Amino acid sequence: MPIKLEQVDFVYAGGSPFERAALKGINLSFLDGEFVGIIGQTGSGKSTLVQMLNGLLKPTRGTVTVNGLVTTAKGVKLKSLRQEVGLVFQFAEYQLFAETVAADVAFGPENQGVPASEIAARVDQALLNVGLPLEIKERSPFELSGGQMRRVAIAGVLAMNPKVLILDEPTAGLDPRGRDEILSRIRELHRQRGITVILVSHSMEDVARLVDRLVVIHGGQIVYDATPREVFAHGSSLKTYGLGVPQATEVLGLLKTKGWAVPEVALTLDEARQAIVRAYQLRRELA
Amino acid sequence: MDILDIADLHHIYRGHEGETIALAGVDLVVSEGEFVAVIGRNGSGKSTLAKHFNAILLPGGGRVLVAGLDTREEALLWPVRQMVGMVFQHPDNQIVATVVEEDVAFGPENLGVPTAEIIARVDASLRQVNMEDYRTHAPHLLSGGQKQRVAIAGVLAMRPRLIVLDEATAMLDPIGRSEVMNTILRLNREEGMTAVLITHHMDEAVKANRVVVIDQGQIVLSGTPAEVFSQYELLEALGLDVPVAAKLSILLAESGLPLPANILTAEQLVDELCRLN
Ligand SMILES: Nc1ncnc2c1ncn2[C@@H]1O[C@H](COP(=O)(O)OP(=O)(O)OP(=O)(O)O)[C@@H](O)[C@H]1O
Ligand SMILES: [Mg+2]
Repeated sequence: MPIKLEQVDFVYAGGSPFERAALKGINLSFLDGEFVGIIGQTGSGKSTLVQMLNGLLKPTRGTVTVNGLVTTAKGVKLKSLRQEVGLVFQFAEYQLFAETVAADVAFGPENQGVPASEIAARVDQALLNVGLPLEIKERSPFELSGGQMRRVAIAGVLAMNPKVLILDEPTAGLDPRGRDEILSRIRELHRQRGITVILVSHSMEDVARLVDRLVVIHGGQIVYDATPREVFAHGSSLKTYGLGVPQATEVLGLLKTKGWAVPEVALTLDEARQAIVRAYQLRRELA
Repeated sequence: MDILDIADLHHIYRGHEGETIALAGVDLVVSEGEFVAVIGRNGSGKSTLAKHFNAILLPGGGRVLVAGLDTREEALLWPVRQMVGMVFQHPDNQIVATVVEEDVAFGPENLGVPTAEIIARVDASLRQVNMEDYRTHAPHLLSGGQKQRVAIAGVLAMRPRLIVLDEATAMLDPIGRSEVMNTILRLNREEGMTAVLITHHMDEAVKANRVVVIDQGQIVLSGTPAEVFSQYELLEALGLDVPVAAKLSILLAESGLPLPANILTAEQLVDELCRLN
């Protein structure tokens, strides 16, 4: 299910005094099986962009093509598209609606026409994938903590087995273990089933260690589209975009200013550790 | 004077599928001027506890005193609510007016504060969060960090003695988060405002004077950030973590670098590394 955006503009409240261009001239494509991160300040246009990928929003100008279908074409069936392109919204917990957790998670697959016999298994699997105990199934989703609700909302999209999985800030409000577990599970799904994953995040650490390709949006435009290693080499411009670098990279940057022979970027703590140990040994040999 | 004095607090939610014990005997004292961070896994009871600070919830057992006032006494509800201001996770849900200054004035207006006094408070509160240039702006056009600072100003305008932030930075980008954290730190250090910060970001909890760890409705650990974050294994077992710089220090120590044990921030780590040779 490749997705392609060509010359996409999006204007909110067009023609009114509140008119605001949220996206300007976006050219971007997502290939099958990619794991792509999107970062950008609040208000930069990330959420608008991802809602375009399953036809929830349509471009004001330009085209969005999903698996060969142009979302603005006459008579295009967006329903089937939404079943294959799963979107976990920002603030997803606000979209819970059913009486029980189980019914909420089952809603997507039921709508897809998944046979009733298979649904219970899908629901259980999805709840396990987000680290929730199965005892929670019969509880009302409105009687859960914030982080538990968020997990239920993610489970609802996973239960649909989407071919493209888009996650808009999925880990805000999750505890550290929940954050790690859910992201690892998503990486597994990506590797095993080859699904495309698009991850919108404010966490530089998460995108650094997970994604193959990182898109940076600022003021509705794409300012970088490269590997995380290339993007995080631009620490000072990222700061002007309201962003930052992973702490592993930050530590290396500080050491560099003190004369340590370390590389500019480390994507993971382990990488930073190796670089620092090497530089430390070098300093001792020279001393 | 202790601003919060909580003894043996219990809370049970009665939902349609039976009961959930959310707090199971919490004892917590917060003194005026303290900055306390509360951490704990999802569902551990943090928000439930916070809702007892200003009588949104009432004790199912035990008691909560706010500056000496017992929250169970109905007649004390308003003085209690005035003393404790809350800021929540979603910036958009907390904005009520279409102009920043009206939004900040909303709280004191509700308290029946005289108009001249309201104007003075709005000025002062916006200055305290460095948003005075935005007083006539539309809140919905502000960034997330700016909206949260307006929400904090709205709370400050009610002149609370304690400000409680329940994951108030969770939805913000890195710059927005540091804006809000710097605001709280300044209010605490320079103006002596007491603050309780609930967070899943260990790098924020490090900035507090004291870190309190909750699990299954009970306080399981409490101490300075250095004390609490030295308990790496316990925290990990509780589904929590240590700050990134602390974790990197542990890895470096395992690789044989003779680093001290209590490193919490990137700056400390770099200082200690430079001290090695
Ligand atoms: N309105 C409610 N009705 C019934 N049970 C509830 C309600 N709100 C929370 N709970 C339950 O009470 C317990 C404590 O929830 P609480 O919201 O205090 O957790 P929390 O520490 O704030 O979690 P999070 O990090 O996810 O915000 C959980 O088991 C939760 O499922
Ligand atoms: Mg909570």
